[in-house]
Amino acid sequence: MNIDREHFRQALQRTPFHDRLVALSTTEEWMTWNTYKVPRVVDKLSTEYFAVRSGCSVMDLTPMEKYRITGKSARQFLDRLVTRDLSRLRPGRVTYVVWCNDKGKLIDDGTLFQFGEDDYRLCAQHHQLDWLLMSAMGFDVHIEVETHEVAALAVQGPTSFSVLSAAGIDDLDQLKPFDIATLRCGDVPVTVSRTGYTGDLGYELWTDPAHALQLWDAIFGVQGLYEIHAMGLSALEMVRIEAGFIMPGFDFNTAEATVRNGFDRSPYEAGLGWVVNPDKGHFTGRKALLAEKSRPARRRLMKIVVDGNKPVGEAFIFSGKNGKQVGEIKCATWSPILKANLALADIEYINGRLPAKLWARIDYQRELKWLSTWAECQSRSKPFYDPAHKSATPPARF
Amino acid sequence: MTERTDAIIIGAGHNGLVCAAYLARAGLKVLCLESADSAGGMSAPRSIADDYHFPGLAHVAYPVAAAIRRDLRLEQFGYEPGKAIDTIALDANGKHLTIGSNGVSGDGLPESDEKAYPEFREQYLAFAKALRPLFDNKPPRLKDIEFADKTTLAKLGWNIRVGLGRETMYEFLRVAAINIYDVLNEVFDDDRLKGAMAVDAVMGSAMGPRTPGTVLTWLQRLQGELNGPVSMQSGGRSQLVHALTQSAEDAGTTVRLNAHVSRILVENGKAFGVELSSGEMLKAGLVISNADPRSTFTRLVGAPTLDAMFANRVTQIRGAGVVAKMHVALSGKPEFSGLPEAQMADRLLIAPSMNYVERAFNHSKYDECSEDPILEITIPSLHNDALAPEGHHVMSINVAFVPYRLEGGWKEQKATLAYRVISQLGRYSPNLKSLIVDHELLTPQDIEQQFHAVRGHWHHGELSIHQSFMMRPLHGAAQYDTPIEKLFLCGAGSHPGGGLTGLPGRNAAKRILKLRGAK
Repeated sequence: MNIDREHFRQALQRTPFHDRLVALSTTEEWMTWNTYKVPRVVDKLSTEYFAVRSGCSVMDLTPMEKYRITGKSARQFLDRLVTRDLSRLRPGRVTYVVWCNDKGKLIDDGTLFQFGEDDYRLCAQHHQLDWLLMSAMGFDVHIEVETHEVAALAVQGPTSFSVLSAAGIDDLDQLKPFDIATLRCGDVPVTVSRTGYTGDLGYELWTDPAHALQLWDAIFGVQGLYEIHAMGLSALEMVRIEAGFIMPGFDFNTAEATVRNGFDRSPYEAGLGWVVNPDKGHFTGRKALLAEKSRPARRRLMKIVVDGNKPVGEAFIFSGKNGKQVGEIKCATWSPILKANLALADIEYINGRLPAKLWARIDYQRELKWLSTWAECQSRSKPFYDPAHKSATPPARF
Repeated sequence: MTERTDAIIIGAGHNGLVCAAYLARAGLKVLCLESADSAGGMSAPRSIADDYHFPGLAHVAYPVAAAIRRDLRLEQFGYEPGKAIDTIALDANGKHLTIGSNGVSGDGLPESDEKAYPEFREQYLAFAKALRPLFDNKPPRLKDIEFADKTTLAKLGWNIRVGLGRETMYEFLRVAAINIYDVLNEVFDDDRLKGAMAVDAVMGSAMGPRTPGTVLTWLQRLQGELNGPVSMQSGGRSQLVHALTQSAEDAGTTVRLNAHVSRILVENGKAFGVELSSGEMLKAGLVISNADPRSTFTRLVGAPTLDAMFANRVTQIRGAGVVAKMHVALSGKPEFSGLPEAQMADRLLIAPSMNYVERAFNHSKYDECSEDPILEITIPSLHNDALAPEGHHVMSINVAFVPYRLEGGWKEQKATLAYRVISQLGRYSPNLKSLIVDHELLTPQDIEQQFHAVRGHWHHGELSIHQSFMMRPLHGAAQYDTPIEKLFLCGAGSHPGGGLTGLPGRNAAKRILKLRGAK
């Protein structure tokens, strides 16, 4: 990895797409993501939100932590790292994984790409190099950070398939969810995966930073009523909650950043029990997770719909109106497409069960005056928003 | 193997044998595997030049605890604690000091030191006794405390507060974590005496007299003294390992020699047997490792089979050996200037002052050997004439503060160290050089290779406070059980640590039997 010697002159790094984002930004609302400068909102939040749900959103994904994992025992290394059974993962496929510390508490989640026999990419929310290197002891594996060497775009929304086809990326029609293909966009070699964090039809594009702008221009050069919009992280936050995706470090404290006893969370507690396969063989945290599984559940991160239309923000959850405090909302959004208040809430179980009733006490402001109201909550086990077009192969053309 | 095996013990060192004997006596079918061609590990006898026999790495030892002798009927199998020996602090001018259980004497010794010594010893033996419950039991677990742990802690509390009495307790609390240098300087004036006493606190550890925690290491050593006086290991039927092997075999243990374990077999987090380097697989309900915890986890189990953080913590266990062993075959009896012949059968020390000891330690910190090595010399053939041809003798020497890794490498410099040891000895024993028939020098690297002790450490890990009690060998494996189900530790790397005590082996066996009973 070559590090620019002058890098310190810039407080935040620029992604390869930065010039284009600057040109489009009317709000100048920037924020930091993993040491990069990224837009919170590029132009208008509602436009960006609806681009995902009824058009085509384009989001700069470059700051996502990316690790290339290669070597003869790369698969064994990954099997020992993550909680999920990887036996069905094969070259050309992606899978969602989480990994834990020895105590079975979540360190992070991410997507695992398999390119070749011994060739993988792990994408994570937070920096993981130290944990990966610690986990590498005893394995013939090579781990390299490629966050800065791979430019990435998330192109998501119902028209995204048509947009990418129009931009010159052929052969996308047979790409199934979680498939990877090595394709071209004109002269530009691009790796496309049918993955995303929006709960809609969508793709993630991976390319050499040198080709980044060419790729961007090809997408934004597509003519027609496709509603192509660059998107910031605020709209992403809305759609990922609609899709029921969790955000490590926000919806739960990651284990390696937790100081206080009991403030970290296990995959079961985060509602991710479906990616824990204790029968697959040894992995870090297995023993602790087996022990946890044998005990009554203590808490869950739940998807809840909060009655009414008051913005929820941060709120405590109670076992009834004026009842016992049993939890708190970790993230919430008003869903324009579902017309509902959606939230993920960390809820303590009572005697191993979810409390029968859940009420949120919502504090809100009216003309700067704080008011308080009660709203009943309904828990949901499925994603709030899960359209059929998301997984249709081939996707519908527009 | 079609026969059922309840427990496989890896390593027939003395702790492995103690553990085997206890388990076999409780009715378990035990198979004890030893990679060498004789049992005993570091206390197994060795020979050089065919006819010269040595007691092994441990040439002096305290008697094993009465409970172990009784439970395993060791006396019946020939064990007898050897005759008490004194320590002779050798002096280059022939003014040697004699340090014994009851007192100290010698030319030029200040009267105040002579008076203070018995009182000081008594006080520190009282401290050691107060700590005894910690050594005789599994280390207490502080989280999820068990009833047995409460008993241990209650006994410890009682011993310190009531047993010692208020004033003595304050003194104990004052000194428990500090260094032996300050404590000895408070009480004594004679450099020879302080040098020799300091050696007892630091020998075998990467610590100098000024290193904090060296009072504690000395108290650990004094645990042995509570069982009786130190004696010479002089081979033969009386040697501990011989009696232990007999006792274990009598109870039904099979001791299999030349069986080198290359892997502990683990499936779904549970140990179910071992693989030998011959490829042979042996299955058992329990696997108990007397090997160094570092090689147990890293080499035999393998990091991939462990949780990532635990595997990394294993690599952080401190402990590189700092003692070399030299065995010398002699064609006659050596003479030491100014030393009566009878005293040559004692433990002879060359460590004329605490600064001498500290300087020798300093060199080892920088991967060097001091030009003035600390030597602990015994002549076992004076106790057992079968060890050497008639009229000949064997001399066994511990050379303290010899680094595991030597600047410039051991290959070229091993001869230099041997030369230094002999030259240093020559200053005290002028005729020694002319008597040497043959010798062998075991550096910590040789000890690692021959005894499978990681980095050649006697105690399978430094006996420092952060690696003692519920932190030995590391958190998560300190109660003899390990993160791998059905895999236990029973060696010096576990509480209460090294030395020919048998305590780790006994505590482990008790723990294993308790867990089986609880099932």
